[in-house]
Amino acid sequence: MNVPMSWLKQYVDIDVDVNTYIDAMTMSGSKVEAVEELGKEITKVVAGKIIETEKHPDADKLRVMKVDIGAEAPIQIVTAATNVNTGDVVPVSLDGATLAGGLKIKTGKLRGVESQGMFCSVEELGFEASDFDDAPEDGVYIFHTPIELGSDVKPYFGLGESIVEYEITSNRPDCFSILGIAREAAATFKKPFNFPEIKVEEVDGNAADMAKVTIENEQLCPRYAARVIKNVKVGPSPKWLKDRLMSAGLRPVNNIVDITNYMLLEFGQPMHAFDYDKLAGHHVIVRNAKDGETMTTLFGDEVTLDSSMLVIADEAKPVAIAGVMGGEDTKVTEDTTTILFECANFNGYNVRQTSKKLGISSDSSKKYVKGLDPNNITLAIERAVQLINMTGAGEVVSGIIDVYPVKREKLTIPYDLTWINNYLGTQVTEEEMKEYFERLEFEVDTTNKTVTIPTFRPDVTMMADLAEEVARLYGYDKIEVTLERGTPTVGHKNFEQEITDQIRSTMSRYGVNGALTYSFESPKVFDKLCIPADSNLRNVLTITNPLGEDFSIMRTTTLNGILNSLSINYNRRNETAMLYEVGKVFEKIEGEELPNEIKKVTVGMYGKEVDFYTLKGLIEALVEDLHIQKVSVERNTELPFMHPGRTANLMIAGKVCGYFGEIHPQVAKNYSVDAKLYVAELDLALILANVEKARSYVPLPKYPATTRDIAMLVKDDVLVGDIEKVITQRGGKLLESCELFDVYQGKQIEEGHKSVAYKLVFRASDRTLTDDEIQKSMKKILNGLETVIGAKLREQ
Amino acid sequence: MREKLEQIKSSALEAINNASDLKVLEDLRVQYLGKKGELTAVLRGMKDLTAEERPVVGQMANEVREALEVALADKKVGLESEAVNQKLKEEVIDITMPGRKMPKGHMHPLHKTLEEVQNIFLGMGYEIVDGREVETAYYNFDALNLGEEHPARDEQDTFYFTNNLVLRTATSPVQVHTMEEQELPIRMVAPGRVYRSDESDATHSPIFHQIEGLVIDKNITFGDLKGVLAEFAKKFFGDKVQVKFRPHYFPFTEPSAEVDVSCVMCGGKGCNVCKGSGWIEILGCGMVHPKVLEMAGIDPTKYQGFAFGMGLERLTMLKYDINDLRLFYENDVKFLSQF
Repeated sequence: MNVPMSWLKQYVDIDVDVNTYIDAMTMSGSKVEAVEELGKEITKVVAGKIIETEKHPDADKLRVMKVDIGAEAPIQIVTAATNVNTGDVVPVSLDGATLAGGLKIKTGKLRGVESQGMFCSVEELGFEASDFDDAPEDGVYIFHTPIELGSDVKPYFGLGESIVEYEITSNRPDCFSILGIAREAAATFKKPFNFPEIKVEEVDGNAADMAKVTIENEQLCPRYAARVIKNVKVGPSPKWLKDRLMSAGLRPVNNIVDITNYMLLEFGQPMHAFDYDKLAGHHVIVRNAKDGETMTTLFGDEVTLDSSMLVIADEAKPVAIAGVMGGEDTKVTEDTTTILFECANFNGYNVRQTSKKLGISSDSSKKYVKGLDPNNITLAIERAVQLINMTGAGEVVSGIIDVYPVKREKLTIPYDLTWINNYLGTQVTEEEMKEYFERLEFEVDTTNKTVTIPTFRPDVTMMADLAEEVARLYGYDKIEVTLERGTPTVGHKNFEQEITDQIRSTMSRYGVNGALTYSFESPKVFDKLCIPADSNLRNVLTITNPLGEDFSIMRTTTLNGILNSLSINYNRRNETAMLYEVGKVFEKIEGEELPNEIKKVTVGMYGKEVDFYTLKGLIEALVEDLHIQKVSVERNTELPFMHPGRTANLMIAGKVCGYFGEIHPQVAKNYSVDAKLYVAELDLALILANVEKARSYVPLPKYPATTRDIAMLVKDDVLVGDIEKVITQRGGKLLESCELFDVYQGKQIEEGHKSVAYKLVFRASDRTLTDDEIQKSMKKILNGLETVIGAKLREQ
Repeated sequence: MREKLEQIKSSALEAINNASDLKVLEDLRVQYLGKKGELTAVLRGMKDLTAEERPVVGQMANEVREALEVALADKKVGLESEAVNQKLKEEVIDITMPGRKMPKGHMHPLHKTLEEVQNIFLGMGYEIVDGREVETAYYNFDALNLGEEHPARDEQDTFYFTNNLVLRTATSPVQVHTMEEQELPIRMVAPGRVYRSDESDATHSPIFHQIEGLVIDKNITFGDLKGVLAEFAKKFFGDKVQVKFRPHYFPFTEPSAEVDVSCVMCGGKGCNVCKGSGWIEILGCGMVHPKVLEMAGIDPTKYQGFAFGMGLERLTMLKYDINDLRLFYENDVKFLSQF
């Protein structure tokens, strides 16, 4: 909401500077977003009278003029303008002046003759010629009303005015008007609010005899008032009205449109003018549209209506979409002689729905959707016709047609001084509180402890609302800061949050960076990930109003997000990238409205020293940090987006917790990456369920350990996992650990075989092991390796 | 014999003194004091002496032995420390060479900020609560006093799955779930993702993060709300920060306020970040609306409370002077590794 200070000052006497004003308004609840000064950049443009004209000695198209700018001596200006002559009073930009758009004027020579400034057109002052009746299309502006020579021309053009922009919250529809803001300013500064004086001159006749109004849907149209104007002369508005509109940033159109716009600004009340002669039966019917009924708007677009929409119709057809837009057929033109002036109240929600469905929004609909006060109409319609009087746009026919079936009554609610003070933490006296309420035009009854709220304040319905009114007039900044004295509570995170913290800490420790990716994406990612058409991952939750297809489905895998991030890093030539995200995927549940929101721990990495075992090492570290038991790894060849030979499932307690491994080269290519990418997608819930919560320490060994290295020759396709299984099984209790330390293929190794070497550690907790015991154990292990694995022991 | 001892002593001491390394020194020890050493040989010859001479020479021999032992030990210490010094000299390295790379991962800056915020509130007795991102219209709107016809319902730029199912536009629905499910009193903060249909640019993102706060107890006042949030601002932005509460409107709080802090960049003088005003808005808050309490099954005549909500991206951008929100979602390691 933009309000020019001069307009506001018509209704409330503000005698402080602009900065003090905006601070106080912001602190009382009308937040000031910005203050703009019209034509701020324009300087040193004064009124000057041409007193002498000569031809330029060296240029046919230039003239040299002496100009009286109210100073002792006239100045000399060389001009190419053809529309000015001796005797004209014009705007003159002096040496050092700045014009609209930042153009600077300096004294200089034009074809050898000094020019000390320039004559100005309205364009050079930031306007268009059409903004003024008396501005030439292309030429210097000539003043037609007296102006003091040498005086600044800015006030004449309505420049230099401060326009204050307020952020109006949706609970205060009354403040979407200059009068509403003036009322707030009056309450803020404890000044009287001077409502505009309204006097209407009427001519003989009776509006009620000339037109009829019928409201068929009282819920959607609680009030409809109309006035009739005859002998209408559609034409430009007088200067004062144009100035007013321009000061608020509106371009003048013609007197009727300008009055409507003026009402929109000042009263916040939309008005609509119909060409009376074109209303069939001179009968206004406010009704629901019929399904399929059509109307052409005053912009010439045909719209199809439905029965949920409210229209203004005459006896033949709809002539306006209520509160949204007028129709082509009955719009006011230059030939219009009689007008029916509508001032009505429509249900804001219905206007919003209609406006949305039709995709039409107008200055009027923007006001109606806030929810307006029907009682505002009583004075608004009088103000509107007063403006008709003042502009001479026509003659106001006696009488108002006012159909007001559903009256909005004032609400009376109790107030409780103690409750309000306790709620706010204040010690406001009843007297002070009463004064605050009265400043807001609330009627206070101190005997019954009630306040009656004016109908333009529908936001005040209960004691908490009264507390807000008290707080903002008392001053939010004056409310004392206190420390809460309630029942103490213990701050804590839950188990999931704590474990997630641990996961983050493990990731950080091993060089993996925290990432965040979007939770919605394109349905095309499934093709990009080579996921088959019948995959359950494609059973997605779809947004009906997305920001384009690329952000239209909720992800069912976190893969795309992490791959995109890896791709960004790769294509920005970052040598290595290691990322993780703890984030949600969304799984539809059959027969349920709400989806499952499942948290995943996702890892993605690439780089010079990154391979499958880097990722596996990270996962092992994670599992170890969280003390998860019963962990194993199983080959997974089934995932279409993964390398079939380099992918595994992480198994926890026999359940699949997720997969990890190398991305299929085709998928990497789809993400514009020509390198090996490694990812893991793990289920957080399964991790949480298997975190060992209670643990006791293992006593440090008292007896020495004995180590034995073994190396064996096995076939290429033997998995070390299988070798380890045999070693641990056969090693029994005495085997403390076995650690793979070498896998070798090549020279000296039989074709199709590999050499695998382990360090075995034997120890007992209660004695030093004898050679015999270790030999026995070793024999069992070696035996097993030979028979189960087919390993050939190599000489040490 | 005496002369012999004197001679051994002087020649041995000289040799020890001149020993160039530990090996030579050890050889000298053996040469003089070893089983077949010179001094030992002299001592063996003592049996040929007279009874009167024996103790005298014996004493003298012992003195020589002690003198040699002391000299050997001293020399040993000297040579050892010389050897150490020599070794240290040889081991001089270029200390300007870079350190060996340790693996170092970084928290996402948003999580870093979140940790900071959470720790402040954990210290004040708040628990951390999670909530769902796909919500019913009831929890996202109605239960927060934003009925079907409320004009603000449209201002939220909501993503819909069905008329009744939305992506939450704020973390506020967690307030309602918490009030419905938990015992009183409540002190909680709820961080999480929220969604609004804004095109992504330097200052907008369709996905961003909020931290919601809620306190419900007996005798809670607006002054308490000011106290808690002023304390938070001081802990987060530093003791010098100034805090301003401005009236505002939220459907689910009454009275409501927006909180500004003195600009963290210019300290309140006015700069680009605060657009010359000296103040920066950081959060919205208010006393929980009695209707919201009632809908969640809490008696507003017995309990009051306050709620607040802030944007994690905004706090982080202010904290690190980041000027483009999109950086948070690109995950460029050159960006991430700065935090």
